[in-house]
Amino acid sequence: MELINLFIKSIFVENMVFAFFLGMCSYLAVSKKVSTAVGLGAAVIFVLVITLPVNFLLDQYLLQPGALAWLGDEFATIDLSFLSFIMFIAVIASMVQLVEMIVEKFAPALYATLGIFLPLIAVNCAILGGSLFMQNKNFGNVGEAVVYGLGSGIGWLLAIVALAAIREKVRYSHVPAPLRGLGITFIITGLMGIAFMGFMGIKL
Amino acid sequence: MSDVEEKEALFSKKNRQLLINPLDSDNPITVQVLGICSALAITVKLEPAIVMSLSVLFVLSAGNVIISLMRNIIPSRIRIIVQLVVVAALVILVDQVLKAYLFDVSKQLSVFVGLIITNCIVMGRFEAFALGNTPWKSFLDGIGNSAGYGLILVVIAFIRELFGSGALMGQQVIPDSFYDAGYANNGMMLLPPMALIVVGVIIWVQRWFNPSLEEAN
Repeated sequence: MELINLFIKSIFVENMVFAFFLGMCSYLAVSKKVSTAVGLGAAVIFVLVITLPVNFLLDQYLLQPGALAWLGDEFATIDLSFLSFIMFIAVIASMVQLVEMIVEKFAPALYATLGIFLPLIAVNCAILGGSLFMQNKNFGNVGEAVVYGLGSGIGWLLAIVALAAIREKVRYSHVPAPLRGLGITFIITGLMGIAFMGFMGIKL
Repeated sequence: MSDVEEKEALFSKKNRQLLINPLDSDNPITVQVLGICSALAITVKLEPAIVMSLSVLFVLSAGNVIISLMRNIIPSRIRIIVQLVVVAALVILVDQVLKAYLFDVSKQLSVFVGLIITNCIVMGRFEAFALGNTPWKSFLDGIGNSAGYGLILVVIAFIRELFGSGALMGQQVIPDSFYDAGYANNGMMLLPPMALIVVGVIIWVQRWFNPSLEEAN
């Protein structure tokens, strides 16, 4: 039950895009067409689900204050948490590279759709943000980390697909010239954010 | 005519352009669409916005110089990982300094200090500029772009703090008599969606005065 709560909460209430503005750059850049938006969203879910548990284990057994206790008593007082940025980003960058190679080898069709987006994901703030929020949330076990990754990934996919669908329609309307393109996209995202605020305050 | 033989003056016209262009016609946020995440999330108050701009200023200018010095020895296949390591090291420095001297602000910025690593401005300028230019030019480019970023951040934070909580830098600026006369703070301004709309309006105003930036629909 806790896991389902966490899942729903990470999709709607704490939506990566609308509540924390994470992954905005690619969100704005790759939302011109629904099909590419779906591709990027799927890639984000994929990478989040893989990197979050890995970073969770790293955090538990390497980085937290006292995490090295399993090596012996003399290591129990070491606090390596200042290294977490560099460890997390190294894991993410190498995982993205690894995932890219595996997908290319075993699922060429998927690679053809995701291909160009995979390298972009290493610098998508939603991925690193997911790891850093996970560190703040003090999850109890790996399962929670996986569910949180899945939930926030789906939330991100939902947001980018919705925006892409709206942008496809906006092309046929009369937007004031200086507002065309980027400006109207920001305002649309803001309005969508107001809609998503309806989920705020829901206690799960 | 020895001046001609010198490679280039430190502040030649071209170099000054590097500093000035990102403030308006090549602004990282409103034109290049880089670094949006942090611009929106930490602009509820003016103080964190200024601290964030200074952190980015340090990370971007130092990182640009380092990458530019190494540009001929980085193999292009692994350059993204090299860039990430350089940024991450600089960001750890900033994070530790903030925790030591500005603990309150560091708490408010929370994960967003760490997210400077994936701030697209940093990676974007590394890729687009530092990999192909000399250290001095890259340094100017770094200063210029982070100043352009900071400018937008401060404008957004100014608007949001003034209308959202009637204060600037934590000091109340709207007099009590206004509140007595029925004026109320717009709490909407403090919520995330308004940040997006404020940026949208800033882009609108900028392009209104500078029609060359307008996009086709």
